Amino acid sequence: MNSLILFMALGLSVVLIVGTIIIYLSKDLLVAILGSAVISLIASIFFLILQAPDVAITEAAIGAGLTTGILLYAMKKTGRYEDD
Amino acid sequence: MIRRLIALLVSLYLGYILYSFVYVHFPFGERPLRGVAAHYVENGIKEEGATNIVTSIVTLYRGFDTLGEVTVLFLAATGLGLILAGMKREEEEKPEPTLIMETVTKHLFPLVLLFGSYIFIHGHLTPGGGFPAGVVIATGYFMMFIAQRSFTPSEYLLSATESFAGTLYVIVGLLGLALAFSFLDNVMPLGIPNRVFSAGIIPVIYIIIGFKVGSEMTGILLHLKEA
Repeated sequence: MNSLILFMALGLSVVLIVGTIIIYLSKDLLVAILGSAVISLIASIFFLILQAPDVAITEAAIGAGLTTGILLYAMKKTGRYEDD
Repeated sequence: MIRRLIALLVSLYLGYILYSFVYVHFPFGERPLRGVAAHYVENGIKEEGATNIVTSIVTLYRGFDTLGEVTVLFLAATGLGLILAGMKREEEEKPEPTLIMETVTKHLFPLVLLFGSYIFIHGHLTPGGGFPAGVVIATGYFMMFIAQRSFTPSEYLLSATESFAGTLYVIVGLLGLALAFSFLDNVMPLGIPNRVFSAGIIPVIYIIIGFKVGSEMTGILLHLKEA
């Protein structure tokens, strides 16, 4: 594997882990939904690095696009802040 | 506290299992293929004519599974419509979308539809296919839903497209059964690989799936918007 790609992958995995922790700790569901969209986008880049472009396109379209939309509608109907 | 400790231990254990499975494969793609995977890679283009071998596996070698997947999606969309149909529609004050949002989405929408159509028409040549293409199209509609208040596609037209595409998919499958003695068989000429008009029925099936998934997902978003 190219060292530049490896370096990029390491950086992206740090963002992935930090993003997951932020989603877990956040009480604001809007932050959680947008964070999961970002994580799907990073996951699709990982699929591209692992030479699975079909999966990458699907992950980007479904994870970052459609799921975000459906969850946003669900959040609008229920409520933005998580109760303790 | 004890529950969190157990959860931590379980997740560490699962991580270890995942790591050990992945570590075996570590220089990815280095091990020689065996069995049915080797057959797909060696004979895929010769037998089905699609340069994107994933596509020929999804629509032809494992075509029956894809029909099942489409059915599952259809049932999920129907169930969601059934649940949301019983909900009251509440009139609430809606904030006006800004001019920038409205103008950008108006001009971006046709391009998103074009890109989605490109993905499903070229499913047998480039990565992608019917499912992601349908979702891309639905995302374009979602963009219009949130940015333009007056934009509402006809629900009747959406469900008509969906039903028509689903029926057409089964008819294509039965055509294979009638002409080649196998459900969803490649009954059309394969043509020259790397051309748009090649790979037999793969583009036909992917165009059908693209329309079906696109109208289904748009229907789900429309139901959620109106609930």
